[in-house]
Amino acid sequence: MQTKRSTYQNRWLPYLLLAPQLIITLVFFIWPASQAVKSSVERTDPFGFKTTFIGLENYAQILADITYLNALGRTAVFSVSVTLLSMGIALLLAVCVNRVLRTSKFYTTLLVWPYAVAPVVAGVLWWFLFNPTIGLIPHLLDWFNINWNHRVSGTQAMILITIAAAWKQVSYNFLFFLAGLQSIPQPLIEAAAIDGAKPFKRFWSIVFPLLSPTTFFLIIININYVMFDTFGVIDATTKGGPNQATMTLVYKIYNDGVVGLNIGSSSAQSVMLMGIVLLLTFIQFRFVERRVNY
Amino acid sequence: MASITLEGLKKTYSGDVHAVQGIDLTIQDGELVVLVGPSGCGKSTLLRMVAGLETITQGTLKIGHQVVNTLEPAERDIAMVFQNYALYPHMTVYNNLAYGLKNRGFKKEEIKKRVHNAAKILEIDDFLERKPRRLSGGQRQRVAMGRALVRDPKVFLFDEPLSNLDAKLRVQMRVEIKKLQRRLKTTSLYVTHDQLEAMTLGDRLVVLNAGKIEQVGTPMEIYSRPATMFVAGFIGSPAMNMVPLKYIQDIDNKNLSLNLPAPTDTLGIRPDAICLSPPESPHLTIEATLELFEAAGSESHLYIRLANSEQPAVIRTNGQPPQHEGEMLRVYVAHEALHPFDSRTGKRTD
Repeated sequence: MQTKRSTYQNRWLPYLLLAPQLIITLVFFIWPASQAVKSSVERTDPFGFKTTFIGLENYAQILADITYLNALGRTAVFSVSVTLLSMGIALLLAVCVNRVLRTSKFYTTLLVWPYAVAPVVAGVLWWFLFNPTIGLIPHLLDWFNINWNHRVSGTQAMILITIAAAWKQVSYNFLFFLAGLQSIPQPLIEAAAIDGAKPFKRFWSIVFPLLSPTTFFLIIININYVMFDTFGVIDATTKGGPNQATMTLVYKIYNDGVVGLNIGSSSAQSVMLMGIVLLLTFIQFRFVERRVNY
Repeated sequence: MASITLEGLKKTYSGDVHAVQGIDLTIQDGELVVLVGPSGCGKSTLLRMVAGLETITQGTLKIGHQVVNTLEPAERDIAMVFQNYALYPHMTVYNNLAYGLKNRGFKKEEIKKRVHNAAKILEIDDFLERKPRRLSGGQRQRVAMGRALVRDPKVFLFDEPLSNLDAKLRVQMRVEIKKLQRRLKTTSLYVTHDQLEAMTLGDRLVVLNAGKIEQVGTPMEIYSRPATMFVAGFIGSPAMNMVPLKYIQDIDNKNLSLNLPAPTDTLGIRPDAICLSPPESPHLTIEATLELFEAAGSESHLYIRLANSEQPAVIRTNGQPPQHEGEMLRVYVAHEALHPFDSRTGKRTD
């Protein structure tokens, strides 16, 4: 890649240009994050009069808490299923659109729309569709003798938030997969066709390996999305219930901190979550990236 | 081994784009035929139709005795070398070569034997474990050839395979492709826009223009008797001089009696057919001004303008001209070196 070095006459101009982004990062990320780290080692009394430093006691407590460990396991299941589901569907759609020549712009536009929908709105949408009383899908499922009630069944609640969260992310994944597919040179596919590979084989032996940089990038983005951004979806549909069946790490942070007002524990949990995401990303870069063909 | 027969082959794209307009051609078993023409003449489209990468709008395509119009590329038993080589970037050279064999269900031992055999022929056996991005242009070219070679197909198709190499490597690979084709005797169709490459490689040339065949023949046939003004101008470098008959004045013989066939109005003269000293055979003597002299080592080019008409022409010769730039000179053209054309139809008249 070509890099161009720009020089500025005014030595404050570069700082001025960087300022908006830096201020946003400082105010909305660095400062709250440092606050979280700070309050994760403190205990505040119920009336907020006194704050005591208690070291790692909050951490010890949450790690011994069975509800936290359950939430951890649940989050793992949730993030793997959302990532697989949304990336799988997105890849399928991208392959289909990539085959269409004339109207592909039209399909692309339609398929990108869900991304513009706010998480809460997406949640409400699926809440309506799956509403046991008035929803369309439970009505249809009834024909197959499936009784849908995610207010009672934990598994069904989990399926609901998985679908809602994955649906929201399909657009994003789709865009990247489509761009990835379009950057694969056509002669490669033609050469594979001449080499006797059937379409299915061509896809798995040529196209999919060449997409691996995109896939790798999307895995990281999707896991981050599931870990942090699914709060809105859960809050609008199940609120962590029934009986904590959809209580993921990020929702538990909110539930313990904002609803339960246990700021210390909630902060410790959010620091843990940050740590988990950092660790996962590190592992992925370290071990998965090596097999990626850039 | 097989022949290829094209009967009235046409390709029309949506709307009204006639890329290939009725091609009739037979490529004999073991022959190397070069499709040559300017860009956009339909030569690549034609090749891709033979490969099965483009559908055939109309006409019949046979490989051997089998009509292959509707067969998939894989079922036609052809191998193709692409312009950008189209090597699989995530596979080693070995796997690039083995891919086609694996897909066809060859045994592991057989694949190994064939890959090593092809690698040896192409002298790439040292790179078998490398990925394509760690190879030079010439090596990639060889791998692309190897991928075609291992399959031992009925037909080789080449789509401008040398256009991404530098000039020196291009000449070298050209010679190697020719040697290899001679040795394997595989029927080959080769597309290029480079007339020199076409002349040196092909057993026969097919000159295409605007989706139609202008002329088919051996390189020397086409060079010495171009059928149309287009072919005359396209084959040979520098290009043939096209001089309207009325501008030619033989100063020795004012009543020019060349016995030219009826509709001739233009004479084609190769730059090397214009001599600075009179030949012994019957010839024209023409006066001209020397405009520019260009020395290019083994040969030199003289840019002249014919006296009275300002008609420009190029002479290829060796050595220095006796005159300086801007001076008058006399040039001579033997009668048998004249190519008579009718500029209205573009066709040769004799």
